[in-house]
Amino acid sequence: MLNIRSLKTYYESICALKSVSLHIKKGEIVTLIGGNGSGKSTLLNSIAGLAPRTTGTVLFENREILGLSPSIIVRLGISLVPEGRQLFYPMTVMDNLVLGTYSYYSFGNRKEISSRLEWAFELFPVLGDRKRQLAGTLSGGEQQMLSIARALMSKPKLLILDEPSVGLAPKIVENIFRTLIELKERTDLTMFLVEQNAKLALDVCQRGYVIETGQIILSGEKEELMNNREVLRAYLGKE
Amino acid sequence: MSFASQLLQYTLSGITIGSIYALVAIGFNIIYNSTGIINLAQGDFVMLGGMIAVFFHNTLHFPLVASGPIAALIVALIGILFERFAIHPLKNASVITLVIITIAASILFKGGAMFLWGKDAYSLPSFSGDEPIRFLGATILPQTIWIICVLLFIVAALVCFFRYTMVGRAMKACSYNKRAANIVGINVNNMVMLSFGLSALIGGIAGVIITPISLIEYEKGSLLGLKGFGAAVFGGLGNMGGAVAAGILIGLLESYSAGLLSSGYKDAVALIILLLVLFFRPGGIFARKEVQKLKHY
Repeated sequence: MLNIRSLKTYYESICALKSVSLHIKKGEIVTLIGGNGSGKSTLLNSIAGLAPRTTGTVLFENREILGLSPSIIVRLGISLVPEGRQLFYPMTVMDNLVLGTYSYYSFGNRKEISSRLEWAFELFPVLGDRKRQLAGTLSGGEQQMLSIARALMSKPKLLILDEPSVGLAPKIVENIFRTLIELKERTDLTMFLVEQNAKLALDVCQRGYVIETGQIILSGEKEELMNNREVLRAYLGKE
Repeated sequence: MSFASQLLQYTLSGITIGSIYALVAIGFNIIYNSTGIINLAQGDFVMLGGMIAVFFHNTLHFPLVASGPIAALIVALIGILFERFAIHPLKNASVITLVIITIAASILFKGGAMFLWGKDAYSLPSFSGDEPIRFLGATILPQTIWIICVLLFIVAALVCFFRYTMVGRAMKACSYNKRAANIVGINVNNMVMLSFGLSALIGGIAGVIITPISLIEYEKGSLLGLKGFGAAVFGGLGNMGGAVAAGILIGLLESYSAGLLSSGYKDAVALIILLLVLFFRPGGIFARKEVQKLKHY
């Protein structure tokens, strides 16, 4: 579904990604593990069309998407849950969700949109209770749920999650990840999950990649990575 | 004329001119919200609106009902072209650079208007006659009622636009968080273009409705722009309701000081307010702490 070959991204003259190649198959949950500044977010931004200067190829359903504008990439079916949630804080929960449908919104498909809203509220009941509240007044966990729900409103084929667990209490993280797994089981949505919390990420994924200083240094099936000595030492905190 | 009716008269003329300041301030806010730019050519959109309406009505002899809307639409088009050719190409320019470009545009618009129409002042006939209406000892020109109604109509239309339409919501979303707007698939470039078009349209309408009671000439935009900017800052940059209230307040203070002190101080009022607000309450008088905080998350 997604096929990345020798992707390089530059910020000014700094090379943040040095020839990254990876692929994601339909229906998979693939994870990308890496520490701070390893290039995780840069990679995701490059896929979503938000990075300034990129070279290489990124094929999505056999179509080159590198260099396309973010609005077209969303329309093609890639939706990003960004780092730091990036909600429209002074707007209501409802407005945030409706804006998630921007890529296909029209007067004619109101029915479809309202049924999708229902579906999102079913997935995250808390948001249904807080429809009219401003997004900025939600708790951290609720904001993260809203960010995921907003991304789902655009009818994505590939959902990219940038550190959804960061800064949240373990219980809330567990709740969010349970919802993601439920979502996966119900819709067969493809997910690309980026995490610093390697244990969590390896738990839910089928395959994974490890990135360090802008390069993929390891890749493999879930069990392979979980038992890899390097991963155990650097990311799971076991000697 | 008793003092009370005199006061009423000042109030009415204050509201009239204040409505125009409010419209200019709304124009400032729309562009500020979507780009962070203070468009110093906003006053010149007003001037262009008046001038183009005069051209269509007085020179080409179009009826007034056609000249006004045509003029406002042409100004909107000028706003869009201005954004496409002068603002859009400078993708990574800083806000201050872009503000300086709007000063250049202002000079260009003034120069162009002087070149086309000379330095004379022009006028349009009132929309519905010049027969003053008596009201508790004061008199109201029919045009005054037009101006106030147009202001109310524009404010209501904008509220509906930003609250109930997807494009309006998307424009608001861009002003709150450009990155997030990109992520949900909003084309931020188009929203910026649209905001220039909308601001110019409102400026153009202000020009058309003010020309019958206050002559229009090539330089008229500067002072209107400055006072409108005062109103925008007074009401809190980006705050639409604040802009309307502050615009009318500045109009009232101006009118009272002209009537009760001396008309020589009239123009100073708005500028003194602008300076005081910038010194003491740079967030504007209506700055709501909660929303302000959410804006700068």
